[in-house]
Amino acid sequence: MTALVAMGYQPHWWTILGSPFMHNALIGGTVVALASGLMGYFIVVRRNAFASHALAHIGLPGATGAVLLGVPPVLGLGVFCVGGALVIGAMGKRMADRDVVTGTVLAFATGLGLFFNSLATKSSSTMTNVLFGNLLAITGDQLVGFSVLFAILTLCVGLVYRPLLYSSVNAPVAEAKGVPVRALSVVFMVLLALAVMMAVQAVGTLLLSALLITPAATGIMLTPRPSRAMAIAAVISVVSVWVGLGASAMFNVPPSFLVVTVACGIWLAVWSVDRARQSRRPAGQSGVDHPVHAMAAPTRCPTK
Amino acid sequence: MFRSDPDRGAAALALTGVSAVRGRRLIWSEATFEVPAGGIVALIGANGAGKTTLLHMILGLVPPASGEVRVFGRRPGEDNDGIGYVPQDYGATAGEAIRARDMVTLGLTGRRWAFGQTNPAQRQRVREILAAVDATDFAERRLAQLSGGQRQRIAIAEALVSGPRMLILDEPLASLDLRSQREIASLLGRLHRELGVTILVVAHDLNPLLSLLDSAIYLLDGHPHHASMTDVVDDALLTHLYGTPVQVVHTPQGEPYMRSAP
Repeated sequence: MTALVAMGYQPHWWTILGSPFMHNALIGGTVVALASGLMGYFIVVRRNAFASHALAHIGLPGATGAVLLGVPPVLGLGVFCVGGALVIGAMGKRMADRDVVTGTVLAFATGLGLFFNSLATKSSSTMTNVLFGNLLAITGDQLVGFSVLFAILTLCVGLVYRPLLYSSVNAPVAEAKGVPVRALSVVFMVLLALAVMMAVQAVGTLLLSALLITPAATGIMLTPRPSRAMAIAAVISVVSVWVGLGASAMFNVPPSFLVVTVACGIWLAVWSVDRARQSRRPAGQSGVDHPVHAMAAPTRCPTK
Repeated sequence: MFRSDPDRGAAALALTGVSAVRGRRLIWSEATFEVPAGGIVALIGANGAGKTTLLHMILGLVPPASGEVRVFGRRPGEDNDGIGYVPQDYGATAGEAIRARDMVTLGLTGRRWAFGQTNPAQRQRVREILAAVDATDFAERRLAQLSGGQRQRIAIAEALVSGPRMLILDEPLASLDLRSQREIASLLGRLHRELGVTILVVAHDLNPLLSLLDSAIYLLDGHPHHASMTDVVDDALLTHLYGTPVQVVHTPQGEPYMRSAP
């Protein structure tokens, strides 16, 4: 017990969990977690992790600039995220070029965000909120916003699901089949911008990978079936948010940190088990990193 | 030499005065030839000669700068299910995140908008095509866990699942070991016999395919031509084509074999 007290244990955490701000945090966090689960698989498969991170940074000058102009920060965040998504999406598929441009824009946007922040005397809380998120400060208005965004995301992903999946896992063949791969890439980046906009408000620019990417990567390790991987990612995200919020009430620690810790902890556990299982498997079945030429095993006896 | 198919009438490929431009660069020009339906056809040429551009044109991804292209009498891209495509580096990006069977299923349903389960007929079709390429045993595994030869079978299954009239393969034997090369080549021969599908295959090393090929499209001095295999397997032509001495020798069984001339 003394150890718990030393860690900042709050004996009345149950009452804290019942408070209105915690309600908002739980509902808002859950919606954001579900949206992250929906998008995460595609981000990982399309190798857009860096782009999602960059989009969050591009949102920073939007939010701090909005404070300067006297409009709601979330508006600036949204405009910059979606604008950035259109630019990144339109750049096309040459990954190497895209990484360089994305990285450059990321750095400039962060600098610009800092500059806007220095111009406005009162906006330093906006800056911290955008960088690290603040689940506990989610308002009723934000909940409405999250729900609308989540509805839009679910509807859009539902509509484009198969063509988006096809163009994500096998772009050359999808394109040859007449799937509008380029257009879907832009659509996906805009949807990603909406998800990033939500996740920034929950866990912040710097930590959002933990919700958008880590649970999806865990899901893919657990199952090779896309829809199941998405469901698992959503469950892991929701569990991370709930456990994180509960623990933050218990120990008076910022929830973002705890949410991130839970999500990364689950990933590490699954990764370790996966690794151990693969090293026990006979060679030729593990296969994760085998280049094609090294794996050209006799075709009809896969287990050697 | 070509199998005639009364139902199919139109040539598999018909190019009339076609030229190809990428950016501002002229890739090749004055392509006028017909490829009859039902054969196995090689597409050969030196690196950078424009083989991939021609493939993309047939698939409807690159419009001809001039002239007219017809695939089974239709404009390229008009009948997307009519052509199966096996690209190079199949499944390179997302092989870890999807089962081989799901990839083949996407070949059938990947263009459909909105949610919806695959129906029993579609699942049956996927099972049939996996069996046809001898891939049933490893269809449940992640694509990245398959060997090169296994992955190529899945790629062929995905290309064939929609019942195309033409199968286009881009370097299907590159990066395979000798045994897998032979197995994939004999699979192509068998599929050609059983399904009557026209096969167009890009290959640098023709030797594993020589016994199967009916004719070849070759890109020489910036112009595509089409000729029967007997005309193409010729020291002078191949030497000119590749810009290095090539010699055609014959094995004791009478099979032609191409090699670098000493």
